[in-house]
Formats: sequence, structure tokens, C-alpha cells
Amino acid sequence: MITMKIKSTEIVDTFAEAFKMSGTRVIITAATKQWAMAAAQSMTGFATSVIGCKCEAGIERELNAEETPDMRPGVSVLLFAMDADGLGKRLVERIGQCVMTCPTTACFNGLESDTTAIVGGQLRYFGDGHQIGKVLGDQRLWRIPVMDGEFVVDEHFGIQDAVGGGNILILGKDQKTVLKAATAATKAMCEIDGVILPFPAGVVRSGSKVGSKYKSLIASSNDAYCPTLRTVTGKSLVPEDVNCVLEIVIDGLNEATVADAMRVGLHAAAKPGIKQLSAGNYGGNLGQYHLYLNKILEAS
Amino acid sequence: MSLKLSLHTKPDVPLEAAVICTDKLNGANETAIAALTVFHGNDQTALGEFFTVKGQCDGEIHIEGDLANVKHLGSEMTSGKMIIEGDVGQHLGAGMSGGEIIVEGNAGNWVAPEMTGGRVIIKGNAGHMVGSAYRGDAVGILGGEIIIHGNVGNELGSAMRNGLVVAGGNSGDFTGVNMHAGTIIVLGEMGIRSGAGMKRGTILSMHNADMLPTFSHACTYHPYFVRLYLAYIKEQGLTIDDAQLVGNYQRWVGDAIELNRGEILLYVN
Repeated sequence: MITMKIKSTEIVDTFAEAFKMSGTRVIITAATKQWAMAAAQSMTGFATSVIGCKCEAGIERELNAEETPDMRPGVSVLLFAMDADGLGKRLVERIGQCVMTCPTTACFNGLESDTTAIVGGQLRYFGDGHQIGKVLGDQRLWRIPVMDGEFVVDEHFGIQDAVGGGNILILGKDQKTVLKAATAATKAMCEIDGVILPFPAGVVRSGSKVGSKYKSLIASSNDAYCPTLRTVTGKSLVPEDVNCVLEIVIDGLNEATVADAMRVGLHAAAKPGIKQLSAGNYGGNLGQYHLYLNKILEAS
Repeated sequence: MSLKLSLHTKPDVPLEAAVICTDKLNGANETAIAALTVFHGNDQTALGEFFTVKGQCDGEIHIEGDLANVKHLGSEMTSGKMIIEGDVGQHLGAGMSGGEIIVEGNAGNWVAPEMTGGRVIIKGNAGHMVGSAYRGDAVGILGGEIIIHGNVGNELGSAMRNGLVVAGGNSGDFTGVNMHAGTIIVLGEMGIRSGAGMKRGTILSMHNADMLPTFSHACTYHPYFVRLYLAYIKEQGLTIDDAQLVGNYQRWVGDAIELNRGEILLYVN
């Protein structure tokens, strides 16, 4: 059902179904912003969906030297998992394998919270007894000897409840037009602090539905939005003059930031050639958060 | 309303006034505070014999006068704030575990011996044995911060096990002697035999120093954690050169007669 439009683009009266997750923020610093970014990109690789990657991660933004604890260029990374325990394990794995390994880096907690995961306190054992613990105010750090000097890492990283799986769907006349709209949307969404878009360049083409005809699969292609199946499935949601659909998934540290990102994304994606903007859900029975597109846009 | 204590009679001999502490004075009225026992040498007397008491302690005490002969102020303090407008005597903040003491003048020997938490800031100079273990004790301070803006005497941070001790000026001999862990920062020059007998811990100095033969030079590098510490003490009002934040430091490891896990970092200008 259509009750709202942005310019000529229809806004489908539906909602994005999002899930309660656990989230954290990691501050990576390095001698140059290029090395900080190299570590951040490595750390956020293979982290598009909890279904296959055990976590979802992305780069929140670059940080100037004045914004980081050690006054070096940095990158802020957000990491999400289904629970705090799992998130702690992913932090240890990814900081250990992707940040500690990268020349000149240091890694700091970027989220104050009563719930924490011990990260530096586990990675310190890599120092084989030569690690040095330091306490500065309320902060406990570990200095782990590495071949270019020392890797400095916080003992604890804060964890808080977060929201994963906010999304918008962009339905347009052709692939070129929809790609252009999706790119504009992701660019606008990346300006919002506290959210990440975990898929490649923020965009996913293989949207999924729950379950499959194959019993071993917990998710399969979202055939209702596959243009090639419009006349086949009998439940297609692809209008006749739509030939391409792309999805943008948003994870955020709270519901409001996810809604903010969806709002700016919807406005940016509403371009000529974009027939509809919609959102994916599972009937409302799985996710704890229902982000209605109309309400989000009305709030603006 | 904070409490104000003004010294009206300068003690001839050391006055032991451990009762002047936020924990002990909170909620008491002026009469009760003036009647509290202090020791003038070996004479037991009342606090009011030396101080004018005004107000009530709500977690904060202001003390004024030449207190160079007044000892044990803020002993065993756990919370609150004491601001001392003038010089202060020995054993300031002994064994304190929390709260903050700010001295606008100089402090005597034995500042905050065996403290476990809290913060002491001395805007002037301090004497010997700052942040130390008592004689005969194996372990000194277990936590907290002592920040001296000026010079300090010998045995700064002796046998300390945790915490942060900073001297904005020079330190005397045996800085960090028998240190177990923790961090000492000396922005000026250190005397001789720094780090003697240290097991672990960090001594950071912005000047070159004569190293004991039981210390070995490991490398010259830029330790990133130093940035955090220098930025932190810069916030406390000490002067830090930008070059020191980003510069290289010689890393000396010792003391080889002990665990050989301690380090002295010397800024390379």
C-alpha cells in the first residue's frame, strides 16, 4: 500500500524488522591514517552478516588526531554480534588478528558501558610474559612487545545493547539507476554517527528470507524481490516496471540512530527512475524493533 | 558549606594533626572540631589551640597558614577534597585511599606514603620519600596519583607497586628505588642511581641520566603509551612539549640484580 511519496518515488507503507544485538566501538590509531584504515578494513572484513560471519562490522568514520586517545590519526569501527559473550570473542579474534598485526597501530575502547569484554587482558598473553600492564586513571592498558615496538590495547571494551538489521529496499527501473540511488543513500547514511552499513560499500543485492526449501539452510534468496522471478513465485513484490532491487542494511548503537540513517537514506535514494522505497521484514514476529518508513519520514 | 581552618598559632614543634581529614570532620560543628585532639610534640592539646574553625565540613576542607610544621594532614583519607593554601608538613595524605588533596605551596618529606588511591597535587616542591614505603616495609604505594609541580627529593616512589607519581621539576637520588610496578614521570633531571633495585615498572624522564651498570640499553623507539600519560599530566597543568609527545625514547632495562623487568625511558632530544 502506498500512502506517501518523496518527489515521484513511492514509499511503501511497511516496516524494517530489526533485531536486538550487542554492539561495541573500537578506536584504531596508527602512525598515519592509511595504516589505521588498513587495520580497520582488515578488522571489518568478512563481517557482513551474523548468519555467516558471526558478527557484523563496519567503519563508522575516520578520526582526526585530536579525537583519539593517543593523538594519532584513527578510525572508529563498530562491531555487532547477537550477544555480549559472542561479541567479546569476536573482538579478541579480530583485534588480535587484524589490528595487532598491522604496523604502528594501537587499539582503544570507544564505548563507555558497565558491561565490558576483556580484550587486552586476553591478547596480553601473546607477549609471552614480556607484556606490561599500565593503569592510568580508570583505564587499564596492556603493552605487548611486537617487532616494530609495542602494541598498546585497552584491557576492557564496552558493550551495550544495539540494533541490527535496519534496512531499506530500493526498487528502480534499471541497475544503473538503482546503483546510483543506493550510492547516494549510503553516502548520506555514513554521515550519521553510531551506525554502520556492513555490506560491500553498504549495499547488498542478495537479500534473504528466513528458511529454504532445503532443510539445511536457515536463509535463502528473498525471491519476492527478485525481478527475474516476478511472474514465477506468485508472491512477488516487484512492480511491473521495476527491474532491479538493492538493499541497504543498517546496524546501530540504538534504535534512534538506525532510524536517522534510514531517514536520510530514503531521502537520498528518492531519485527519478526509483519507483518505490520499501523495507524488509519477516511479518513482525522475529525482530524486536519495527521501524515503519512512514513514521520515520513523518518524524523528520 | 565547606570548612575553613586558619592557623592562628604557629606550632614550635611538629603538630600531629591526623584529625584534619574530611572523613573525620564531616558533619561535625565548629565547637566539636575545635575540641578534637592533636599532639604538639608530646603534649596532647586541642585543635582550637592552633586553628580558627569556621563552617562545617561537607566533604571539602580549606586550610590556610604556614603549615610546614603540621604533620599527617589527610591521613587515611577516603573521600572528599582538602585544599591547603600554604606550605605543609610531613606525612601529608599518609595511607589515603581516595579523595583529593591540593597544596598550593610546598610539602615536606613523606608525601602520601603507602597510599592506595586518590590524588595529591603539590603546586610547589616536595621533600624526600614522596609516595614511598615506610622504612622496613617492602611495598610502597598501591595506587593513586601524586603530582608534584616542582622539584622532589630523594627516593621518589620508593618500592611503589602501582599508581602514578609525577615530578614536574627535578628529582633527587634513587628515584624509583626498589620499585615493584607503576609509573614515575620526571620532567626535569633525575639524580644518581635511578631505578636501583627495581623489579618492574616504568621511570620516564625528559632528560638524559647516568644509568647504573645493571641497566642495559634495549632500543630507541617511540612508545605510544607515553602519549597517553603525557597528555594526562598536561591536563593536570604540567608543561609538556609537543616534541616530547611524539618523540623517541631510549629504553633501558633493569635492574639486572633483580627481575630485570623494569624500564627507564629517556627522552631523546
